[in-house]
Amino acid sequence: MATSLSPELHQKLSETARALRMLSLQMITEAQSGHPGGSLSAADLVTVLFFHYMTHNPHEPHWPERDRFVLSKGHGVPVVYAALAKCGYFPEEELMTLRKINSRLQGHPDHVRLPFMETSSGSLGQGLSIAQGMAMAAKLDQKKYKTYCLLGDGETQEGQIWEAAMSAPKYQLDNLIAILDFNKGQIDGYTEDVMNLSPLKAKWEAFNWEVQEIDGHDLHQIFAALNHAQISRKKPHMIIAHTIKGKGVSFMEDNIDWHGKSPSLKERDQAIEELRRH
Amino acid sequence: MEKAQVSKNETKPLKNYVDINPQKKVATRAAFGKALVSVGENNQNIVVLDADLSVSTKSSLFAEKFPDRFFEMGIAESNMIGTAAGLALSGKIPYLCSFGCFVAGRFETIRISIAYNQVNCRIIGTHAGIGIGEDGYTQMALEDMALMRSLPGMGVLQPADDIETQRMIEFLSNHHQGPVYVRLTRQALPQLFNQQYVFEYGKGVILEEGKDIALVATGGVVHPAYEAAQKLKEKGYTSSVVNIHTIKPLDETLIQSLAHSHQWMFTIEDHTIMGGLGSAVSEVLAGTQNHAVLSRIGIQDIYGESGTPEALYEKYGLSTAKIVEHILRQLES
Repeated sequence: MATSLSPELHQKLSETARALRMLSLQMITEAQSGHPGGSLSAADLVTVLFFHYMTHNPHEPHWPERDRFVLSKGHGVPVVYAALAKCGYFPEEELMTLRKINSRLQGHPDHVRLPFMETSSGSLGQGLSIAQGMAMAAKLDQKKYKTYCLLGDGETQEGQIWEAAMSAPKYQLDNLIAILDFNKGQIDGYTEDVMNLSPLKAKWEAFNWEVQEIDGHDLHQIFAALNHAQISRKKPHMIIAHTIKGKGVSFMEDNIDWHGKSPSLKERDQAIEELRRH
Repeated sequence: MEKAQVSKNETKPLKNYVDINPQKKVATRAAFGKALVSVGENNQNIVVLDADLSVSTKSSLFAEKFPDRFFEMGIAESNMIGTAAGLALSGKIPYLCSFGCFVAGRFETIRISIAYNQVNCRIIGTHAGIGIGEDGYTQMALEDMALMRSLPGMGVLQPADDIETQRMIEFLSNHHQGPVYVRLTRQALPQLFNQQYVFEYGKGVILEEGKDIALVATGGVVHPAYEAAQKLKEKGYTSSVVNIHTIKPLDETLIQSLAHSHQWMFTIEDHTIMGGLGSAVSEVLAGTQNHAVLSRIGIQDIYGESGTPEALYEKYGLSTAKIVEHILRQLES
């Protein structure tokens, strides 16, 4: 659905993204473990998809016509749980059970425990293939839904990603929209030091994808890219979204140490305060 | 612990569909290819994926008949596994086909994309065991059952003849929920059953009943096990011969009953003895008392090699003569 971003909508979505960031940090702090960096980098992308762009219905979660969202970077799930709760899939209180015993909110997505997550993930590099299967099913069933797949940049070091990069253009999956949360960081350091990905755009173009490169925190650019991706060029779509790991919290931004550790209560309060003021 | 459920002297009538004919031979992969076309005809949700081996796995027969529901994924098994999972999450029943070693070898992808999601994928691994012959170890699935058996909720199946394969595929296409791994042979296998055969998931099939020895076999070595039982009669021993087409969930009741009504029990499989049928049977008997002496016949923690299937079965102890030799050695020790 092509759509435009009014000032009112911009304001509303910015507020939502801020709330998702706060909830993510609260959940992770409550669990005393988790991945804040990659939740904060993806918050704006997730907000636009869940609160405006995707067609879905919390009252009928298995509606066959719904758009699919595959979180390939499974460690970024706190921000998606926060989005699901805010949309009304489950009560917000449940968010604070993240990573605790008997919770549906596993540290990485578990489709069987929580079917609102379209697939289990967290073993990196698998989500794009799964999203591809969903896009193929849509074509077979002549359904209009789109499949969105959120990838981490580090996980594109996995070979399986490039297997899917080869096969999706073969099947002309113009209903598959991959979004790469290019936050430049992974556990062992900056991606360019650990295993350089560049030139990313040229790589995906060479594999015959329709590629766009945007600022993944600019809602206007996210809107424009998603609008562009609705138009069929008989190719799958790749949106490379430049993001900042830990976006919105000064001491987390671009700091690899915040890939996978929980803030202390004091750090959480400071982070929430910053997000509130910003 | 569980008591014997079949007394030593009790004989049950064999199923009327046991109909062994060594002259009529079909590879289970060929039976699979034929069955797939038949189920594809009636069930539009059946889709098939292959990784550049469709001519060998026989999924090519489906591809010719239903090109829109066949996906050639190239030499990229992990992507095939994930794609199949995505199709299954969207309501399809995907058969994803390759050699057993290549598909089961992508264990981590199967583990998360298929098993943990508990989706209706049917993983087809052909070219099981050293029975593939000349291609040698790199193409032999010898550890696949061990890998697949370790995944919660994953069914592990291996048919032993043409009709059993067909009925199994019909069942998996129309009546089964959850992921399964199906292990098929390259080589042709003799007929064991006639058209009356009924496939019962999770149940062993008794081919012959005897008093002294229980031979519990799966897949391509069921017929050699049956032949071994005939040879053992010449030595004065009678055997019960059982075909285990469902390695997981195993027919534990039958295994317990056989183990308590026979003096000796042998498992026979063209697979490593670690983690396959032999292990599964051992796990059932562990903790029970007064059961048969159990010995596992299979690949003994070594790699395979090139050779004719017959030469390999002879060298690695799976020919009828070698099975008999192993059993007599055990009985007379």
